Amino acid sequence: MQINTPFFKQRAHDALHDENLQTALAKLKTGFPEKRAIAVERMPEFEALRNQGRDLKNHIMEHLDLYLEQFETKVIENGGHVHWARTAEDANQIILDICQQVDAKTVTKGKSMVTEEIGLNDFLEQNGVQPVETDLGEYILQLRQDHPSHIIAPAIHLNLEDVSEAFHAHHNRPKSSDPAVLMQEAREVLREKFVAADVGITGANFCVAETGSTIIVTNEGNGDLTQTLPKTHIVVTSIEKVVPTLEDMTLFLRLLARSATGQEFSVYNTLSTGPRREGDQDGPENFHVVLVDNGRSEMIGTEFQEMLRCIRCSACMNHCPVYGAVGGHSYGWVYPGPMGSVLTPQMIGIEQGGMLPNASTFCGKCESVCPVKIPLPKLMRHWREDEFQKHLQPKAARYGLASWAFLVKRPALYRCFTRLSNWLMRSWAGKKGRLSKLPLASGWTDWRDMPAPQSQTFMQAWKQQQKTGDRS
Amino acid sequence: MSHTSSGPRVGLFVTCLADMFRPSVAFATVQLLEQAGCRVEVPERQTCCGQPAFNSGDRQTTADIARQTLDAFDGYEYVVAPSGSCIGMLHQYSDLFDVSDPYFQRAKSLAARAHEITSFLFDVLGSSALEAQLKQLRFEQKVTYHDSCAGLRELGIKQQPRQLLSHIQGVELEEMDEAETCCGFGGTFCVKYPEVSNRMVSNKSHNISNTDAQTLLGGDLGCLLNMAGKLKREGKPIEARHVVEVLAGMTDTPAIGEADYYRAKQL
Repeated sequence: MQINTPFFKQRAHDALHDENLQTALAKLKTGFPEKRAIAVERMPEFEALRNQGRDLKNHIMEHLDLYLEQFETKVIENGGHVHWARTAEDANQIILDICQQVDAKTVTKGKSMVTEEIGLNDFLEQNGVQPVETDLGEYILQLRQDHPSHIIAPAIHLNLEDVSEAFHAHHNRPKSSDPAVLMQEAREVLREKFVAADVGITGANFCVAETGSTIIVTNEGNGDLTQTLPKTHIVVTSIEKVVPTLEDMTLFLRLLARSATGQEFSVYNTLSTGPRREGDQDGPENFHVVLVDNGRSEMIGTEFQEMLRCIRCSACMNHCPVYGAVGGHSYGWVYPGPMGSVLTPQMIGIEQGGMLPNASTFCGKCESVCPVKIPLPKLMRHWREDEFQKHLQPKAARYGLASWAFLVKRPALYRCFTRLSNWLMRSWAGKKGRLSKLPLASGWTDWRDMPAPQSQTFMQAWKQQQKTGDRS
Repeated sequence: MSHTSSGPRVGLFVTCLADMFRPSVAFATVQLLEQAGCRVEVPERQTCCGQPAFNSGDRQTTADIARQTLDAFDGYEYVVAPSGSCIGMLHQYSDLFDVSDPYFQRAKSLAARAHEITSFLFDVLGSSALEAQLKQLRFEQKVTYHDSCAGLRELGIKQQPRQLLSHIQGVELEEMDEAETCCGFGGTFCVKYPEVSNRMVSNKSHNISNTDAQTLLGGDLGCLLNMAGKLKREGKPIEARHVVEVLAGMTDTPAIGEADYYRAKQL
């Protein structure tokens, strides 16, 4: 996927002026967060579960090699295949090879952010294999040649009319703006695709080491048709998704559904354990798991290891006031919101991804709702430290900071500076009590007034009081 | 009680914004502390908590500032500031030093002694410490309260200012929608991403003016300057004040960004 992250500001500007998008975002703001709050309220032990989830993920990351190898062994015992992909390119090639081995023309796909991350759809198309997205949101996006703007509600940036137009343009049926009709239309069109597909590709929310199972969590059931109908099922997932046991998996399922959509449990929680066995009524003949690294193992042992706890619930972006204002496409790559602001620089480099960890007020709301307590603001700050060390920040910002630091570290000089700027601002403001323009602060005064200092500085006033003993 | 009493010796961390923009906030803090029986001093060597450097990724400068602040506030039983954001920063100083660095332990010690003012009055000194004085005050206003992010989520400040306010006669609190949502200030964020910040403060202004409140209160000047500036720019008649001004009965000064009519008359 094309990287547009350096253009965050321009994209945010466009997003703020896009009325359709703003209507869609307004719905998101009240939707998921309210449902999550109700679900959490109804579960008194939710906080304890968050701690358990955090601790368990920390344990897994300390023993990731062990659990991954155990998972691999079990998958093979079950009759499946495991492929290790260090890079996105490796992963794409592995998947294409499997498709070509079975002479695949079309593949159906369940919702998967990892396949977005590695750019699988474009790669398959370029090599003569047609991918068909089957998650309703992803399907709409594919028709529009668009990309997800949210990790669990990919088409959240669209309105009903957008969907109606996309279907009308591609389905050769009468135009409708009735959601029920559109839904039925999608079901009918997709049903044929499900039956025709040679390969089904899904992601995995978790990989269970003790059984060699993968699990997908959906609300549409499309994943089940994707993975049970074709002869070959390829699970494309990433290395941090492994959990030791089925019981551990259930802990995360409880956290995931509540944090994501406010459901107590998602509608479909489907485990895949190897290919079809004798006596099974359905299931694929070939079962492959592609374990994607793509920079994740480099995070182990660094301050970013904590990010590998992420279970992709989207609570951080659902509650983020910046995401809520500008939407997911402004972030310019696959993963938006606070989790994307930490993950994206890791995957595309801080040189290109630097805008994202800066696009946060560090309000801390994301961390407060994260089901595995990832300190997202702290990790974004680590990226800013990386930028600072590499001198990547804009010159004006660097010199501004350096001049300020020079003063702040010299209290006597700092007092002279504050007295002077205090006096200047009061003089400019005159009797109004505020300034509508201020040199070097147009970012502030273009949008709001700058309250003028009330009087001389506190330190001046305090000193005078101490001298005169006047405390009035 | 006066500052010659035998109560705890408190170092006031003025905060750079109160020093520059709103001395009455620091004076109100001093007054509240003295009313509660504390001996208040204002160390000369303090400047800023270092947050602009910390959040810009400059750990070296942040550590320099931290050492300066730690030296300035050595020996005080408590360090109190009228800001959850700055106190939150003081609490993070120990992350800046190696465990073997003597400043590490000093930073740990400071974190245990450093409190935001409403939390200090309510949680440390106890809810009844100022009750009698507060009950003498009258502030006939409908107010709404913005929970600043660092105070709320790093320090757990939510009920403390509300409980203290509830003792004052005439104050009526009407909560706004999304009181806990960031106002978009974010330190350098508001000038680095001005349009996004503007959207956030516009939402805030909308939620504030959807209440019947005449006065917006909060515990952090950064947020208050941002919200007051937006309310003024939009021509809304809602005043903004730091909560300590109301708690100290110092509401005869013009609100944030308001013209000083008395001073204007004198000129």
